[in-house]
Amino acid sequence: MKRFKKVTLFDVILAIGMFIVIILTLYPFLNILAISLNDAVDTAKGGIHIFPREFTFANYIQIFGSNDRLLQAFFMSVTRTVVGTVTGIIASTMLAYTLSRKDFVFNKPIAIMLILTMFVSGGLIPDYMLIRHLGLMNEFTVYILPMLLSAFNVIIIRSFMDNLPIALEESAKIDGANDFTIFLRIILPLSMPVIATISLFLAVGQWNSWFDTYLYARSNANLTTLQYELMKILDNASTSGSGVNTHSAKYLVNQTNPQSLKMAITIIATVPILVVYPFLQRYFVTGMTLGAVK
Amino acid sequence: MEKSDEHVKVKLRSSKKNDTWKKIKNQKALLLMSFPFVIWLIVFKYIPLGGWLMAFQDYNPAKGVFDQEWVGLKHFKVLFSEPLFYSALKNTLGMGMLGLIFGTIFSIGFALLINEVRLLRYKKLTQTISYLPHFVSWVIVANIVVTMLAQEGPVNKFLMSLHIIKEPIGFMSNPDLFWGIVTVADVWKEMGWGAIIYLAAMAGVDQQLYEAARVDGASRWKQMWHITLPSIRPVIIVLLILNIGNLINIGFEKQMLLGNNIVAEKALVLDLYALNYGIGMFRYSYGTAIGIFKSLISVVLIVIFNNIAKKTGEGGLY
Repeated sequence: MKRFKKVTLFDVILAIGMFIVIILTLYPFLNILAISLNDAVDTAKGGIHIFPREFTFANYIQIFGSNDRLLQAFFMSVTRTVVGTVTGIIASTMLAYTLSRKDFVFNKPIAIMLILTMFVSGGLIPDYMLIRHLGLMNEFTVYILPMLLSAFNVIIIRSFMDNLPIALEESAKIDGANDFTIFLRIILPLSMPVIATISLFLAVGQWNSWFDTYLYARSNANLTTLQYELMKILDNASTSGSGVNTHSAKYLVNQTNPQSLKMAITIIATVPILVVYPFLQRYFVTGMTLGAVK
Repeated sequence: MEKSDEHVKVKLRSSKKNDTWKKIKNQKALLLMSFPFVIWLIVFKYIPLGGWLMAFQDYNPAKGVFDQEWVGLKHFKVLFSEPLFYSALKNTLGMGMLGLIFGTIFSIGFALLINEVRLLRYKKLTQTISYLPHFVSWVIVANIVVTMLAQEGPVNKFLMSLHIIKEPIGFMSNPDLFWGIVTVADVWKEMGWGAIIYLAAMAGVDQQLYEAARVDGASRWKQMWHITLPSIRPVIIVLLILNIGNLINIGFEKQMLLGNNIVAEKALVLDLYALNYGIGMFRYSYGTAIGIFKSLISVVLIVIFNNIAKKTGEGGLY
């Protein structure tokens, strides 16, 4: 940090530039928040920026109070995120641990099998046919099973585990611990930073997913998620009619001013992420760097 | 002499075999911990590859996997004679290239600038905020884009108040603007996230280089241009090769969510084409052929650009 001494014109221009980036990033979110907290009828007049004009929680109350479908969608989103993250973490840490053990007999073949999946994939139609053949259509498991593992996540976890001191494992072995106990008692607790990062990635992936609902679970109303409902409203609001079932969206839109309600759903779909990610920032920055270098 | 040598070899081999068996017995826990996931890999990642065979059949879901009718390259021939396919290919590569060029430039530019910010708090705050859009879904981003670009939306109002335009622009209903809107949305969403890797590379630059440059009287712009940027060139090249290989895999989320009937012609990308025709019209074999074509292009692109990078002395991926 020795190279900087006094504040120059360069610093001022830089600070202003970065400020513009902050504004450009935050303004849309603040605008949506303001609209969502504004009276629905008043919103139609337009002209709301980052402060609501007629402050109200009515839009949120409507979502959580009088709309069963959106409430259901919210709980489904939460459920799939929790279940998907937990199962995903169990799966990826277990596989990563066996791959970090250089003495494991099948280390190489399994590693190759895993890494190959990053370069080849069946594509949209074969994946769709597989889900149909497995009978996962309109089942909750369609949210969990196909997303159980990703090679990228496993490799990041393995790189982290590779750097753990091997002496700990050896001493535990001498004390008579088996491989699973070592994994559970030693490796997992030491891997918490990387587990936090991957949990965030998994949770965000689950929470943000809408296409699997669109493709695999459209005809089961119980499996609808927040992102999917939002997508339907968006689809309905734009001039398109891409053949999606928009019944519920129309029903919603007719009930109230679409704009404020839409923004309230958007905020509900954003807030959980907003709350979590800044705390995990320092982990995922190292994780990303590590993963990219490998 | 020879005989005994062979004897030793055989013995060694058999003991190696025994070793493997011994290991397998000793590593039961590890086997149990990896076995289910090997099965998962086979089912969810490798069986769909077998699904590629569908492209060479007239796939009929009512029949069994082995009772399908083989038709050779029929579906590929249809594909290559279809004008829609070429427009989908053009849209995919067009939006892919715009996204790649501007995504890379903005991420590097942002990294360069943030690397120069001295106030540590301000630097961290800006970075944290810049990651936010990466973590929200395309559904939300599409919602934001549509809101911002609406006739009465903030962007139109802003441009009108500056007297740059007289009438509000119908951003979402102008096919000519669609590629640009997708690119801007993409840059807005991923700029900060993309900068992480370049920042990490910049952190590794030798500080002595800067000191030497300062002694020689180089301004901070010049230091950025002549030291920071050249120092991260290998990272830029590797990422570019990786991304060029993925040029055709730009997905369909943005196009599907931001598109509408008016701009459909410019929004149709290969994956949407496969989705609409393959699943929407039950033409499974045809849709699979599109997927195979995409994979082939991807491999070809990565091989070509890797060779170019090697020839120019930048070192490639492999």
